[in-house]
Amino acid sequence: MNTADQYLKTIYVVQDQEDGPASTGSIADALGVSPASANEMIGKLEERGLAEHEKYKGVTLTDDGIVRARDALQTYCIIERFLANVLAVEDFQAEARELEAVIDDTVAERLDTIIDREPECPDCFDPETDACSCLEIAAAPVEPEQ
Amino acid sequence: MVVVSVSQRVASDDQLARLLQIGIVLEEVVEARTHRHYQQLDAELDEEVEQLLADAAEESAAHRERLETLIEDLGVDSVPFGEIESLVDARYGRTRPEDFDDVLYDQLCNEETAYKFYDDLIGAIEDSDVEFSIDREELVATLTAIRDEEAEGVREVTEVMERR
Repeated sequence: MNTADQYLKTIYVVQDQEDGPASTGSIADALGVSPASANEMIGKLEERGLAEHEKYKGVTLTDDGIVRARDALQTYCIIERFLANVLAVEDFQAEARELEAVIDDTVAERLDTIIDREPECPDCFDPETDACSCLEIAAAPVEPEQ
Repeated sequence: MVVVSVSQRVASDDQLARLLQIGIVLEEVVEARTHRHYQQLDAELDEEVEQLLADAAEESAAHRERLETLIEDLGVDSVPFGEIESLVDARYGRTRPEDFDDVLYDQLCNEETAYKFYDDLIGAIEDSDVEFSIDREELVATLTAIRDEEAEGVREVTEVMERR
């Protein structure tokens, strides 16, 4: 997944969480980059017609941006499901985050042929646990209260 | 929301091993699907397609072995082929390729995807300044040889498709 797609995915999730435009600060925090770097990439996304940036309000994805962001989120879900269900990786979220930049969409599509993804993907993505909520493995184990 | 990575480079032995495991699974998928197609179209198999599928399965097995040697040197287990085969079977048990064109198209996607995977992986290794516990030059040379064979595979399938 290229850097632009990682940004689009992040903006999509932040917009959903903030229920409105995504602030540059939140985007930068989520990506672990400086606000200046985030601003630069947001400018590029604007130039490509994928996002709109309104000063003091934040970033909103355009319809084209939303399509790309959902595709990227889907690719991310594929990587997570593959790591969790095929390779039995315990900390699949952390590894998926490390690997997403190196795994291309076409490769993810191939991996998708051996995992059972739900039709609602990527709406199944839960930003709180950073995982697909349909995964059979508990994404965020919660200790039962005694 | 958790911090994601925006760097396209391989940062550790563990990450490298994981990517090599993914390469092994991709090769296993090719082997399992090729075998399946081969069986399903057996009754009316075209000699040229038959040869192409046999070569592809053999090449994938050879690539898998080379990747397995690399990850063994990194001290990581590979994914058993039987496991991937049953996953492919479970997913394709209900569907069949319609005709030779479907099989060839599938094979083209296999080769192109593998090429892209190895090409990206080589780039991510070259962009990294991490010292891996296996010899970097040998690693890159192995992956480059595999990638070039995938490129050759794309060319071969395309030629067969064009002739048909």
